[in-house]
Amino acid sequence: MSATAFTPDEMMTIAASRALTNDDVCFVGIGAPSAACNVARLTHAPDITLIYESGTIGTAPDVLPLSIGDGELCETAVTTVSVPEMFRYWLQGGRVSIGFLGAAQLDKFGNINTTVIGDYHHPKTRLPGGGGAPEIATSSGEIFITMKQTLRGMVEKIDFYTSFGHGDGGDHRERLGITTKGPTLLITDLAIWRPDPVSKEFTVFSLHPGVSREDVQKNCGWVVTFASTLEVTPEPTALELKTLRDLKARTQAAHEGAGKGVSSHG
Amino acid sequence: MAQFLPLQQAVADNLNDGDTVAFEGFTHLIPHAAAHEAIRQGRRNLTLIRMTPDIVYDQMIGMGMADKAVFSYAGNPGVGLLRRLRDAVENSWPQPLAIEEHSHAAMANAYEAGASGLPLAVFRGYRGAGLAEVNPNIKSILCPFTGEKLAAVPALRPDVTFIHAQKANKRGDVLVEGIIGIQKEAVLAARRSVVTVEEVVDNFDDIHPNACILPRWTVTAISVVPGGAHPSYAHGYYDRDNAAYLQWDEIAADRDRFQAWMSDNVLNARPDDFADRVQNLRSKP
Repeated sequence: MSATAFTPDEMMTIAASRALTNDDVCFVGIGAPSAACNVARLTHAPDITLIYESGTIGTAPDVLPLSIGDGELCETAVTTVSVPEMFRYWLQGGRVSIGFLGAAQLDKFGNINTTVIGDYHHPKTRLPGGGGAPEIATSSGEIFITMKQTLRGMVEKIDFYTSFGHGDGGDHRERLGITTKGPTLLITDLAIWRPDPVSKEFTVFSLHPGVSREDVQKNCGWVVTFASTLEVTPEPTALELKTLRDLKARTQAAHEGAGKGVSSHG
Repeated sequence: MAQFLPLQQAVADNLNDGDTVAFEGFTHLIPHAAAHEAIRQGRRNLTLIRMTPDIVYDQMIGMGMADKAVFSYAGNPGVGLLRRLRDAVENSWPQPLAIEEHSHAAMANAYEAGASGLPLAVFRGYRGAGLAEVNPNIKSILCPFTGEKLAAVPALRPDVTFIHAQKANKRGDVLVEGIIGIQKEAVLAARRSVVTVEEVVDNFDDIHPNACILPRWTVTAISVVPGGAHPSYAHGYYDRDNAAYLQWDEIAADRDRFQAWMSDNVLNARPDDFADRVQNLRSKP
């Protein structure tokens, strides 16, 4: 057990990485999931297959990509396929066991909004949109979600259903003819959540070290349900922390170092 | 049959006001030089198609060239939002922008349908997704064999597609390597196509037989523009200029700063300037 201090963000990434196994074929969503997936690969799951939507299959980047199409993803991949092949054969074809997504807005049934804040046709804030997520959410065997908890991010009702989770809960997926499991795990900076087997509402089953129930509720826009026996997430090991910090340091150095070509027209 | 032309002429010959145009590239090989030439030529009333409209569509939209955008992810990749596109959607500045929004799976399938000569694309998608309720071009179709309900979207058929590629040979065949994205489909779906390349080589004799090649009779015009994908990258030639993407977030945040930047770096620049911009990003041998 490490006595090293760690941040909530580091705990989130490491807890998320632990959910992945060596045998998984993981479709890595843009943003937060990328760090978790690569920490898993660099620690307990060296043979995990990481897929990014740019068509890179079985990639093993030394630094975290800034975009989902950085060159290193291609250079280290087992193979790189075209984007239509990616979505048709590999995702729609059922080859992906886990889709790992981030979220701008999330509700208690794992529905995700990354499209707009406000009305779609007259948005208050126009977000980037869904990209690959709408089909990742329904074609992957199951979905893991990771995000930092905020009152703006975790809301009772999302403004737009970019990616379908469990809809209104219960058997809503089955009723739409969706045969995959949908969201089965949510890892935040404060806790680990799983859907209730019947209602499908996300339920806290593990608090990160030093986090209270009140902390979780204060940073969540819906009334939080807690499991009857709450676990405490094991704190990061020295190896996990070192792996994550080294990865972040390499990433920062790489992205800053690339900036010299712009001075003439910045 | 591919004609080698200076970029100014290739754009002037192939892009007209009111066209439906795709400048494609999936993070990699984004045809910035061609888009900047289109901006200098002041084309108007365009329908811009792209899966991942990023900086270059932010620039075209901010310059008032587009009536409509068809897309599936409108972000500055790895950085955040597109501020000029947002200003157009949220505040109609400098003019209103209609949007037709899809998922990546839908756009990829729709390009493939266009390249295949089909009127529509059929795929398993949009289940429970809000886009199906706000985009009238997302419909469904029943499989006549199994009865399964599947998503259907119209094929994409651009008037003209622009892409950037690593190289052409002297005959005019084009090679795309690395993350090949949607470029082949976008070219084959279009009525005309313009390709900017890093260089022209004698032949492709040393190229792997399964490489992604667009034969010369699928390409309308080729222009040699070294660095023409900057600030995106050309695999094997130069790296992605991540700092430029980060800087764009600040430049595009302010209308005046945006216009000043466009004046300095696009309106008063030339295709040849791209070579200098990648000088410090060149891949190590």
